[in-house]
Amino acid sequence: MNYHWNWGIFLEQVKSGDETYVDWLVTGLGWTLAVSLTAWIIALSIGIAVGALRTTPSRLLVLLANAWVELFRNIPLLVQMFLWFFVVPEFLPRDWSLWVKQDMPAKEFVTAALCLGFFTSSRVAEQVRAGVGSLPRGQRDAALALGLTLPQAYRQVILPQALRIVIPPLTSEFMNVFKNSSVAFAIGVLELTFQARQMQEDSEQGIETYLAVTLLYFICAFTANRGMALIEARTRVPGLIARTG
Amino acid sequence: MIEIRNVSKWYGPTQVLADASTHVAKGEVVVVCGPSGSGKSTLIKCVNGLEPFQQGTITVDGISVGDPKTDLPRLRARVGMVFQHFELFPHMSVERNLALAQIKVLGRSKEEAAARGVALLDRVGLRAHAHKFPGQLSGGQQQRVAIARALAMDPICLLFDEPTSALDPEMIGEVLDVMVELAQEGMTMVCVTHEMGFARKVAKRVVFMDHGEIVEDAPAARFFDTPASERAKTFLARILHH
Amino acid sequence: MGEFDFSVWQPSLPFIRDGLLFTLRLTLVAMSGGIVIGTLLALARLSPIAPLSRIAGAYVDLMRSIPLVLVILWFFLVIPFITGSPVGAETSAVITFTAFEAAFYCEIMRSGIQSVPRGQVDAAQALGLGQAQTMVHVILPQAVRNMIPVLLTQTIVLFQDTSLVYAIGAKDMLKAADVVGKNYNRPVEMIMLSALIYFAICFSLSLAVKQLQKRVAIIR
Repeated sequence: MNYHWNWGIFLEQVKSGDETYVDWLVTGLGWTLAVSLTAWIIALSIGIAVGALRTTPSRLLVLLANAWVELFRNIPLLVQMFLWFFVVPEFLPRDWSLWVKQDMPAKEFVTAALCLGFFTSSRVAEQVRAGVGSLPRGQRDAALALGLTLPQAYRQVILPQALRIVIPPLTSEFMNVFKNSSVAFAIGVLELTFQARQMQEDSEQGIETYLAVTLLYFICAFTANRGMALIEARTRVPGLIARTG
Repeated sequence: MIEIRNVSKWYGPTQVLADASTHVAKGEVVVVCGPSGSGKSTLIKCVNGLEPFQQGTITVDGISVGDPKTDLPRLRARVGMVFQHFELFPHMSVERNLALAQIKVLGRSKEEAAARGVALLDRVGLRAHAHKFPGQLSGGQQQRVAIARALAMDPICLLFDEPTSALDPEMIGEVLDVMVELAQEGMTMVCVTHEMGFARKVAKRVVFMDHGEIVEDAPAARFFDTPASERAKTFLARILHH
Repeated sequence: MGEFDFSVWQPSLPFIRDGLLFTLRLTLVAMSGGIVIGTLLALARLSPIAPLSRIAGAYVDLMRSIPLVLVILWFFLVIPFITGSPVGAETSAVITFTAFEAAFYCEIMRSGIQSVPRGQVDAAQALGLGQAQTMVHVILPQAVRNMIPVLLTQTIVLFQDTSLVYAIGAKDMLKAADVVGKNYNRPVEMIMLSALIYFAICFSLSLAVKQLQKRVAIIR
């Protein structure tokens, strides 16, 4: 089979309208960033809370938090996307359900960001739990011995340390969010992968298309990595070397 | 000040405290010693409720520790504790370590807390290190900061959990000096320690524990000169010849 | 609340079974192929021959930084150019997942090999074993034992990831559920069924891995 290279394809007009293919990819990048960043914010807020709950003395809270993690870890992300998009609205009260199905603005985006955020929250929770677990038990004791309440001890003493410890694994989770956002194509979010498939079909220049999109994903992952490295450097504590035991 | 009555504690099937009873009067210094695993650390952690216990009662200044209705954070704020591994908060500067609980628990203003912190750092000879982080200090310096942190809460008594056993030998002295000074000023103290020199010098009584039991509870001089039990004799022989 | 009609589950079962069989076959082939190629890649990455280790490293990094959906699309596009004739979505999926998982198993094997203390190599060589013999008889058996829980966890992830062959329309379990859902006009119930099946399988497997982890921890 022969392949006809055409690197000029990106500036050509799409067959079905008056945009160019570059416009499609730019739109795709925009939605990829929007879904990923929104999902990451959701994942961090829920994940830190759930991860912290898993280390508390309350059996009930630990059980609930564990159930949360298991639920989102044991169903494929793609199936979760379908669940949020098609199934969850059916469980809402009638009026809400109708509104979600017919009138909700940016329905695909909201669904994808929520879904990816919840999915990632279970992975963040796993890291945070491990981070808290790796702290010496004495830190909690010392905070409590000073009269801090347990929530105060978490807020002031335990989480600030645990979060610093888990920045490296969280960095790879952040990069995973960009990769996983590609699954949102399946519910019709116009993100990079959706646009890549569309451009490939429309232009029949698959290799150029996929190369460009691959490059864009690379750039996202790289930027995410540098961003987290910056945070790690900013939050570094003088003289602190990981303690053992 | 502190009343411990018939306290027993189990971790699952293993008993770690067996019917332990003792008391500490205001201004008294009591040293708790015994072989490792004898339950001495567990006992003092029961005093401020860091470890729950299943039987018996402990009261501090008339307040029952084991009572579920007791506001434990409030009680702990009045009982200072110093740990084996210092447990300064490594992500906070020394002054922030001293100020944190003053502000969050006692509700002092930032200025008040800072002033009290500086005064105490001065007292333990570390005023110049206020802006440093714990990881930048030596072990002995960290433990002195930890003592200052406990004192900043104006506690009615202090609990020491092997405060010198994680220190290099040359740093033990600087920490013991601070403790001796506190004892001489009349601070109520319970010290789990193997520093028998310190015990001889300032302890009113020595409590000797083994296998979760309080085997001996005697005035310091009598404990050292004429220990009553074989177990205490063996223990003393081993630790003093060390 | 919508109105559900779960009676569609009954007639869907034969289709779901066929789809599940493909999903399982894909998982098992990609796992075994991935472990073999991944181990070779790991050896290449750790080899003292610089170009070899660099090529292996580049391959692994590449696979790990691209979204899997895109990898699936890439292979589906490119394989026909290499083989000279179009291939079915199912064949393409098998090749893709083997190649993709190899990169992940490689990293697991590599950290497993590196987790074996350096003294073991010294001891083996002091006994006169050659490099290859040391690797096969001393290092790999220990590395694999340390790594079994992680390998299995990765395989559970793989099992879930196979659902992404949806992107090229391969007939796996999710696709079967999708088709039945459309035919009976009951898509919601069929999505719920596939979610339940995935959850039941993955949750029990992960419980089993946890048990195994405890056992391995005791042996050590």
